[in-house]
Amino acid sequence: MEPGSPDDTETMTLEAFADTIIPGAKRFPEDRAIAGVDDTPGAVQAGALDLLHTEATGITIGLPYLASAVNGHAKNYADERGIELDDDVPPFVALSYHDRTEVIRLLTAPGHPEKDGWVGLALFCNMAYDSAAHLHTADAIRAGHPGLIAMGWDVPDADGLWRFPHYTYGRKLAEVHPDTTASGSPA
Amino acid sequence: MTSSESTDVLIVGSGFGGAITAYHLAAGGAKVTVLERGPWVQEHEFEHDFLLGSSYTRIFDFVIGDGMSVLGGNCVGGGSVVYFAAHPRAPGFIFDRRGSIGRNMWPAEITRSTLDPWYDRVAESLPVSMQDWSDVSYAGGLWAALCDHAGATANPAPVAVDNATCVNCNWMMAGCRFGAKRSLLTNYLPAALAHGATIRPLHEVQQLERLDDGGYRVHYNAIDAEDYRITVGSGSIDAKIVIIAAGAGATPVILQRSESTLGTMPHAVGRYFSGNGERLNTAIIDEDKVRDVLGLVREDGRAYEANQIGKGPTVANWDKLDGSLPEYDRFSLEQLYFPPGLGTILAQVPGGSDPTWFGKEKKKIIGQWKSWLTIFQMIEDDNEGVFGEPPTTGNAFRISQQMLGRGPLRYDPTPNTLHGWALADAECRRIFEKEGVGSVAPWTNDVVGAYTVHPLASCRIGDDPATSALTPEHELRGHPGIFVTDGSAVPSALTVNPAMTIAALAERAVPAIVRAAQERGVKVSYGAPAPDGSTSGRNGVRDTIPVTIAGR
Repeated sequence: MEPGSPDDTETMTLEAFADTIIPGAKRFPEDRAIAGVDDTPGAVQAGALDLLHTEATGITIGLPYLASAVNGHAKNYADERGIELDDDVPPFVALSYHDRTEVIRLLTAPGHPEKDGWVGLALFCNMAYDSAAHLHTADAIRAGHPGLIAMGWDVPDADGLWRFPHYTYGRKLAEVHPDTTASGSPA
Repeated sequence: MTSSESTDVLIVGSGFGGAITAYHLAAGGAKVTVLERGPWVQEHEFEHDFLLGSSYTRIFDFVIGDGMSVLGGNCVGGGSVVYFAAHPRAPGFIFDRRGSIGRNMWPAEITRSTLDPWYDRVAESLPVSMQDWSDVSYAGGLWAALCDHAGATANPAPVAVDNATCVNCNWMMAGCRFGAKRSLLTNYLPAALAHGATIRPLHEVQQLERLDDGGYRVHYNAIDAEDYRITVGSGSIDAKIVIIAAGAGATPVILQRSESTLGTMPHAVGRYFSGNGERLNTAIIDEDKVRDVLGLVREDGRAYEANQIGKGPTVANWDKLDGSLPEYDRFSLEQLYFPPGLGTILAQVPGGSDPTWFGKEKKKIIGQWKSWLTIFQMIEDDNEGVFGEPPTTGNAFRISQQMLGRGPLRYDPTPNTLHGWALADAECRRIFEKEGVGSVAPWTNDVVGAYTVHPLASCRIGDDPATSALTPEHELRGHPGIFVTDGSAVPSALTVNPAMTIAALAERAVPAIVRAAQERGVKVSYGAPAPDGSTSGRNGVRDTIPVTIAGR
């Protein structure tokens, strides 16, 4: 199934969740999962769904539950506020970016009984963008991974390792503490 | 159940507390067996890779608690393999701390001056060296220049890094590929092996049992090499002496779980946990102001843009390590690199609107990542952490195949701790925001609670049996022959990186462990030189120890 396909409720919902954590540009004009509040690729394009479906995360088995639950929370949120939801897409997807943000803010707030699960989901969505934990880092950078490129990661050497021959301003930039001991420690 | 194996000394964990004691006891003639829950990863296997399953996730452990999350090592070499190797000694006032218990938290016999000979042993053994300004990374240099600009001092930190070999890749947390970091894989552990110690990786100790002969039976699970959630076997080993050095996030859990087979634990087992008062602040640096206000320029003409480059912490501000200040007003501010993944999600947008840790504004600052400068605060916390019921196995319910788990630690910061963090936040703001060089915000504590990379004090030494689990000699109260020598034995937050103090206390604990082993019929003596054969550190402690040094 194509990502974002309108009949895949779970995928659309999780994409919308990931897009709320690190928002991105829509992939195609009819893209509903991505709210489109930013004009560069976000967590979804960075591979959030690939990472969430990586068994090593330990979160994969819980995805159907999380998708269903966030839609339940979204519906309650909308009902309480008199927001009318478009039935063509899952309730969380039907919310505006502002309201999706509010739902996640409430679910991850201290004291929420389901906080652990939502923080875990947010953590992996963020990781897809800022560290591409589903890919070899060097390969991801060379392939133009949107998060790592946006962060400005330098390309590693040919062996996949980073080395920085230039690393220092090379001069004294402050006075050391007057009580520093001979071992270089505080007194 | 009949145990098929026995050893003189069984050591749980191979970080500082395990490696140092393993070396000295093996060198002294004892049969030493080390059980390590994590894998044994060789230098050529250390990768620069965030991919799940790479060395980074194999050797690192992140346990989310209730109000406190703990990061630690999970491999042969323990925290030394994943840490950033800063090795300052604790300031003198620390040893007079009273905290909230109304009396000294540290044993009266331990002061900075009585601990200095043991610090010297560690400094010689790793070794620890001073850095000069040409060793300091761009990030450290920027922090120094910011401090200077704000009228503060800044010190290149002493480190256990061979700076001539270091390539400033900033991948220390995944294990040093270049042999530059002087982890325990380069000194104490190979020396212990040379003296006949054995190390068994992927052996997670679950429980201790008292034997009729006064010894102990140690029960372990064998852990799958790739999926740490899977147990592939189990067994037990009998020992005359047991040293627990599983780290402050695991040692008390093993002891709590052992209460049914060992007997009542001291009240302080699993209490008085300290996160070393740690908290991070991340600043977004204005590159133009780095050039125009601070006068810093790199070889290629850029001002900074160097968050990716370096070797963890290189420069610290110690102005508030002033013994004349009241307790909870003293702290250090150390420049630090923190890798992405865990290192960006908790950073908050300076001056941003709620939510500050995710969303569009957060994405914008992630796009400025090269211009991030992160500062590590170490204040005096209030030892307010308490461990709840132990999980079924290990020290956490493992969520992910590697690295991520949910543990029983509860931490509700007291007003004293919050006061310390507020002072440190304010000082960070003062230093960064003078003339707008940076805009800074603390990491949020609302997502995974507070967090520490230096868990301490959950099974601590002390003079007072009511508030310390261990005697000043590191023996578990009421359980002769069981010693604890890891960060859990350190009584309090230190206001600096604790590796040097954990290691010095482990060195200091060895003579009493040797004596206890001798009393149990083990043929062992004290007096090994540093792992490389150097002897000045040994000579420095000759007159302070209660056992005979071999060859004296």
